[in-house]
Amino acid sequence: MFIITCPFCGERDQSEFSAGGEAHIVRPKQPTELSDDEWADFLFMRKNIKGVQFERWNHAHGCRKWFNVIRDTSNDKIHAVYKMGEKPPSD
Amino acid sequence: MKNNYSIFSLLKNSLSYHENWQQAWRDPEPKKEYDAVIVGGGGHGLATAFYLAKKHNMKNIAVVEKGWIGGGNTGRNTTIIRSNYLWDASAGLYDHALKLWENLSQEINYNVMFSQRGVMNLAHNLQDVRDLKRRTHANRLNGIDAVWLSTEEVKNFCPIINTSPNIRYPVLGGTLQRRAGTARHDAVAWGYARGADAMGVDIIQNCEVKGIKRNVGTVEGIETTKGFIKTKKIGVVAAGHSSVIANMAGIRLPLESKPLQALVSEPVKPIINTVVMSNAVHAYVSQSDKGELVIGAGTDSYVSYTQRGSHDVVEGTLKAILELYPIFSRMKMLRQWGGIVDICPDASPIISKTSVKGLYFNCGWGTGGFKATPGSGDLFAHTIANDEPHTLNAAFNINRFVSGDLVDEHGAAAVAH
Repeated sequence: MFIITCPFCGERDQSEFSAGGEAHIVRPKQPTELSDDEWADFLFMRKNIKGVQFERWNHAHGCRKWFNVIRDTSNDKIHAVYKMGEKPPSD
Repeated sequence: MKNNYSIFSLLKNSLSYHENWQQAWRDPEPKKEYDAVIVGGGGHGLATAFYLAKKHNMKNIAVVEKGWIGGGNTGRNTTIIRSNYLWDASAGLYDHALKLWENLSQEINYNVMFSQRGVMNLAHNLQDVRDLKRRTHANRLNGIDAVWLSTEEVKNFCPIINTSPNIRYPVLGGTLQRRAGTARHDAVAWGYARGADAMGVDIIQNCEVKGIKRNVGTVEGIETTKGFIKTKKIGVVAAGHSSVIANMAGIRLPLESKPLQALVSEPVKPIINTVVMSNAVHAYVSQSDKGELVIGAGTDSYVSYTQRGSHDVVEGTLKAILELYPIFSRMKMLRQWGGIVDICPDASPIISKTSVKGLYFNCGWGTGGFKATPGSGDLFAHTIANDEPHTLNAAFNINRFVSGDLVDEHGAAAVAH
């Protein structure tokens, strides 16, 4: 349990948000042209990092907007929050 | 040679105030080379080593564990054992394990306190009723004992449940698997460790894997904090940390690791005679032999490797527990903890070869791996020894995520995920 700073609403309790999993997984432009292996990789395979991970969150019980979070999964510390479509902060 | 545990050894050792018990397992330094190395000294890993030595005569093997044996999810679960799964593949897998549980204390000469007190799953709405009835039929077709209980029969079997029709989630009935129950989780790890050690397996604790050495897609050995160990076969049973090990070998797994919580109350006199699980409200409870209520909560929704979990998850579970068992309203909770569970998209495990030759993975047990410990070890040992899966774990290969032939227990298993 931790506090997430929603880029639209500010600091809120994590229980207000729903986790959307790994961020920056690009949906294939032509799914029909993918091999089964590539489709499985897109659909199921995850980095599941122990350490700093890029992920999507949704402020489900607030503004209901999606955004990105950089969080260390080994201690739940949040390093940065940035909006959808923005590039992740470099440091 | 190890002395057998028995009533006579207990009497003999009582004369010396239990100060002269034989060491249960050695604490060896790793050799330079093994025929196989198991990564992860939890119940599943130790069981794998035990059956590799016992059934496949592979005795020059080691189990490496980064902490101490049984200190991960083996020591953190709520010890529920059942096999009432919907799909044929799961029924085969989990009932194989249940049959091994029934004789396990004798097999490993260690009392795992397996108690077939039954597991009851409650239905709270019409869809629950339909799903659970369907599951009992599926179970019986697979030779697994399962019965449907009416609300009255639920009340008779476990009188402390509030079956009033006026509660938010009334009990509309339930299923009962009488062969199901609980076991002493630490004893499972210790018993398998002792049994494996007696057959020559080296159990190396405080030895963390740092890398997997490969040559043209074939395993050559592992780098550990205690040096390099040469081996041709590596069986990874690292639960929540499976993805971390997979990353070392350059393979991707369909797993997400999340904290799952449990808690126990202060000990009280026997009050609940069975294990009661409730899918819809996500609460399950049993009573340990020490008298503590053992309560299982849900997983957090996000990936995390912190072994604690969120307060709101526990709060939700306890609200449900209190509505179902008003008698517990003044119980004090003693301890709360989390374990990191590795969850597959279809909520079924992976017991499989991988694209790297000599590298095997046993993972994805998610929230319910403890019940499968003996079966998982047995089938994984078979897979490692023969480089081919047993018929019972053939469906649980890693390739199912490519072929689409999933074992989709997510909504079908008897517990919410």
